[in-house]
Amino acid sequence: MKFTVDWLKNHLDTKFNNNQIIDKLTNIGLEVESFESSASELDTFIVAKIINAKTHPNADRLKLCDVDIGSDKTIEVVCGAPNAKNGLLTVYAPPGSIIPKNQMKLSVSKIRGVTSYGMLCSESELLLSNESNGIIELKNNKYTNKIGEKYFKNTSEKVIDLSITPNRPDCLGVRGIARDLSAAGAGKLKINKKPNLKYRGNQNINVTIKKEKAQGCTIFGSCLIKGVTNKESPKWLKDKIMSLGQKPISAIVDITNYVMFDLNRPLHAYDADKIDNEIIVRNSSKGESFEALDNKKYILENDMCVISDRSGVLGLGGIIGGTRSGTEYSTKNILLESAYFLPRSIRKTSKQLNIDTDAKFRFERGIDPLSIEEGLIKASELIKQICGGEISNLDVKKIDTYKKIIINFDPFLFEKTTGFNVENEELIKILEKLGFDVSRNKKILKLVVPSWRPDITQSIDIVEEIVRIKGYEHINTSEPVKTRLKPTLNYYQKLFHFLQRSVASKGYLETVTWSFTDSKINQLFKENDQEIPIVNPISSDLNVLRNSIFPNLIFYLKKNLDRGFKDISLFEIGPAFKGKNPGDQLTVIGAVRAGKVSRLSWNDKERIVDTFDVKKDVIQSLCEAGINKDEIIIDDRTPSYYHPGKSGGVYQNKNEKNAIAYFGEIHPNIIKKLDIKTEGLVIFEICLDYIRASKQKIKDLKSEYTFSDFQKSERDFAFIINKNFKSQELVNIIKSVDNKLIKSVRVFDVFEGENIPGGKKSIAVNVTIQSEEKTLNENDLDNINKLIISSVESKSGAKIRS
Amino acid sequence: MSDIKKIKDDYIDKLNTENKIEKVNNIKSELFGKNGIIPNEFKKLGSISVEERKKLASDLNNIKDELQNKISTKTQEIETKEINLKLEKEKIDVTLPERNIEIGKIHPVSQVIDEISSIFSEIGFSVEEGPDVENEYNNFTALNTPDNHPARDMHDTFYLDNNKELLLRTHTSPVQVRTMLKGKPPFKIIAPGRTYRSDSDQTHAPMFHQVEGLHIDKNINMGHLKGCLNYFIKEFFEVDKIKMRFRPSHFPFTEPSAEVDIGYEIKNGKIVIGEGNKWLEILGCGMVHPNVLKNVNVNPSKYQGYAFGIGIDRLGMLKYGINDLRAFFETDYRWLSHFGFDPLDVPSNYRGLSR
Repeated sequence: MKFTVDWLKNHLDTKFNNNQIIDKLTNIGLEVESFESSASELDTFIVAKIINAKTHPNADRLKLCDVDIGSDKTIEVVCGAPNAKNGLLTVYAPPGSIIPKNQMKLSVSKIRGVTSYGMLCSESELLLSNESNGIIELKNNKYTNKIGEKYFKNTSEKVIDLSITPNRPDCLGVRGIARDLSAAGAGKLKINKKPNLKYRGNQNINVTIKKEKAQGCTIFGSCLIKGVTNKESPKWLKDKIMSLGQKPISAIVDITNYVMFDLNRPLHAYDADKIDNEIIVRNSSKGESFEALDNKKYILENDMCVISDRSGVLGLGGIIGGTRSGTEYSTKNILLESAYFLPRSIRKTSKQLNIDTDAKFRFERGIDPLSIEEGLIKASELIKQICGGEISNLDVKKIDTYKKIIINFDPFLFEKTTGFNVENEELIKILEKLGFDVSRNKKILKLVVPSWRPDITQSIDIVEEIVRIKGYEHINTSEPVKTRLKPTLNYYQKLFHFLQRSVASKGYLETVTWSFTDSKINQLFKENDQEIPIVNPISSDLNVLRNSIFPNLIFYLKKNLDRGFKDISLFEIGPAFKGKNPGDQLTVIGAVRAGKVSRLSWNDKERIVDTFDVKKDVIQSLCEAGINKDEIIIDDRTPSYYHPGKSGGVYQNKNEKNAIAYFGEIHPNIIKKLDIKTEGLVIFEICLDYIRASKQKIKDLKSEYTFSDFQKSERDFAFIINKNFKSQELVNIIKSVDNKLIKSVRVFDVFEGENIPGGKKSIAVNVTIQSEEKTLNENDLDNINKLIISSVESKSGAKIRS
Repeated sequence: MSDIKKIKDDYIDKLNTENKIEKVNNIKSELFGKNGIIPNEFKKLGSISVEERKKLASDLNNIKDELQNKISTKTQEIETKEINLKLEKEKIDVTLPERNIEIGKIHPVSQVIDEISSIFSEIGFSVEEGPDVENEYNNFTALNTPDNHPARDMHDTFYLDNNKELLLRTHTSPVQVRTMLKGKPPFKIIAPGRTYRSDSDQTHAPMFHQVEGLHIDKNINMGHLKGCLNYFIKEFFEVDKIKMRFRPSHFPFTEPSAEVDIGYEIKNGKIVIGEGNKWLEILGCGMVHPNVLKNVNVNPSKYQGYAFGIGIDRLGMLKYGINDLRAFFETDYRWLSHFGFDPLDVPSNYRGLSR
């Protein structure tokens, strides 16, 4: 909502200066977005200095100038002026500027093969004189400190731009703003004097509001003004319209707009001679169409509120008029409309047709239903003043009457809500100034809500009115109450926190990517999940919710590889969507690692990242987050986007359906499809929701501390075993020989090939044996060794290597 | 006796010139071994007269001590020499690079969420969460924003179906609804998370982060709201003094509503929070609207309280001098390394919010 202080003063007697008014507006909830002169086409012309003028390489008469345009910026301009020389202060017009002389819009252009960014201007081009032989030479002493500043002073009156919240339609007119200011002590609201108008004859165009289901219009007021001379608006009116940032059209249109912004009362003027017999306010039928004043043709759906005559639709009520009945300079007789349209109907229609107009914006928020006559009178008065003509009696058709809203307000609610007290007298004064009718009934105030405040329906609305006018600075600052109702984080929130930081500590950079992704990439990772399309995506390559954490991670990994990074570790923790209903989502960590380990190391051999790098990262992170390493099982069932032979799943239980984590190489097909260029690419993921919550706290989990001081022995074994036999099983077989004595089993060598039969491999393990009760003698150890060998051989079909 | 003295002098001379540890050991056993010279001399003492014996024994002891001392100093001397020689050979260039350090980082959004959670934890708030996909009721209707309300226009909503029944939440406020529906008052929660609006430019991203706050109890009023946010902002920006302004505004789900601005100034092209005469809007808040309380089965005549919503990304940008919101979500390795936080930098009260 834009207006000038002058305009405000038409409605408000105030001693406040501009700054006080600005502060007051913001303090009562009418936020000031800006307070500046309305933009002028001349704003772009700035003072500049030629730093260096040299001859154009391809044209002797042209010069190539480096121009200082302030804020540490220098640009290159091609200039044909003979007087362009080093150190000259002149006027520069950037691309986009409109040259006053020929109204030409500048663009970046190539002049004889050299790009010129804007131009340096002559006096004649700026219409300052007829001097066209060379560019303006500005005086050094006056302009040397003004490089980069506007050359032309903007003299137009400063405009206040308010951001009005959707609950305050009354402040979409200057009078409403003045009323709020007066309630807040910023002056006195001027009384609207009823003009002494002479009405002649009746409004003889018949108006009918059809009684239909969901009729969007409840009141239609109108009058005829005959014998007008439409013309250009007088200067005062043009200035007002321009201060709103709009273009003046004609006196009649400008007057209806002026009244709309002045009183928040939208009006519409028809050329009465173009109306076919009568006005019918009715619902549209599907397929009806009309050409609107924005020069677009609209094809209507059923049940849109239209103003029509016998020939068809004239306009969409409260939204936009039609060209068929529009006023022109030749218009002699006009029908002026002042109506009330229901917000719901306006909103529905404008959404369906995607139209936004000032009138729509206002009716949608709620116009004062009792302002029909006021609007007609004010506009008629101005039309008569400017365009002449005779005004008919006012004709108001209604299918509904306005019912007053009454609120019984207990002032105690104010203190209870805001924490401070305002005396009843002051409270009543504020409400009365806002237009409430106040009467007292013991402690309770009976309030009649003003008709222009559709937002006020209950007691809490009254509290808000009083506190915002009184000022939020009166609210006390109470010290925060520290009472805690429950622990800050639950188990999964803590897990989130631990895992996030333990993965990062393995050298991964955390990223945050969109929750949506490109369906083409998502396709590669979605497994059996349903694709979840977004109906109105921000762009076609962000058109589905991500079914997996990986599509975006892989996409951005590729981007970074393309930037020239080789060794990249990235991870994200966030949602993966499994269905389109609320809650069909999992919290997942996804991590990717590309490139080499120990690249360009002077002492270590470099190697490509592999599955066991990410296996370490994932297992260590899980352990750090409190999962017992002895209780997890590794399996080779993994999703299809992993390399089928080089990936694994981490399970907390043998029969568990869902892995808590996966790790491994990504499937070579995906690397090929996405054209990822890297030496190696391994990934892992952890699904937090599948991790079993521990019910015990750490204080309960710490078991009794026991240890053995008896001598421990280490023995190495090498077995020849089937190639596909899993080392984890071998380890388990050995451990199960004697859980008490066997303290650890470590695989320290695996190989195939030379001396090993086809289809077999050799696994070497180191077993630590220690008793808690005694030092084991050779005999004891031999027995265990034999048991280990026989168990392994019988359970796995392996053979000990001799 | 003179024999013995001569032997001693000979050995002392030998030891003086010797520089191999094995040779010194040989001498040691020649002198002090099982049939060594010194033990043999002591054995001879038995066969001489008492008077002579006394003197001879004393001389012999002196000689023994002298030789032993000589042997041990010589041994030490040689060993020290050998170690020094060895160390000289083993000198490495310690300025050569260490093995590769892999430094991971926490994203600024995560760091700021942890900072916020830590601050609110201090004053008794717990953390709640809600789904990213919401239904129309929780996101709008329950929050007193019916279908025909123009405030819905301020939320450019992403929809998942044509009936506009399922959507990506446009704010974290539906977590208020979920929290209150599943529990009984009092409530004291914050809810950080992802939020979505179909809006994209320098200062808007189609996905961003908010933290919701909700405190409902019997006598919670606007003074408590002001106190809570005042505390939060001071703690978050880690400044003693901060200029703050509560300004009336409108949100359908709170009444009275406010927006909070903080003072700032531009110093050397950088934004400085706290002082100055410019205002920056950082959050929206207000007293939870009675209609919302009714919608979630809380009796508004018994319970009341406040709610607030803060843009997390924006807070992070202000605190850590980040200019472009879009960069948060573009996964540029350089940006993540530059603005990311050390994983051990866990914001906490006792160690300080940030380093």
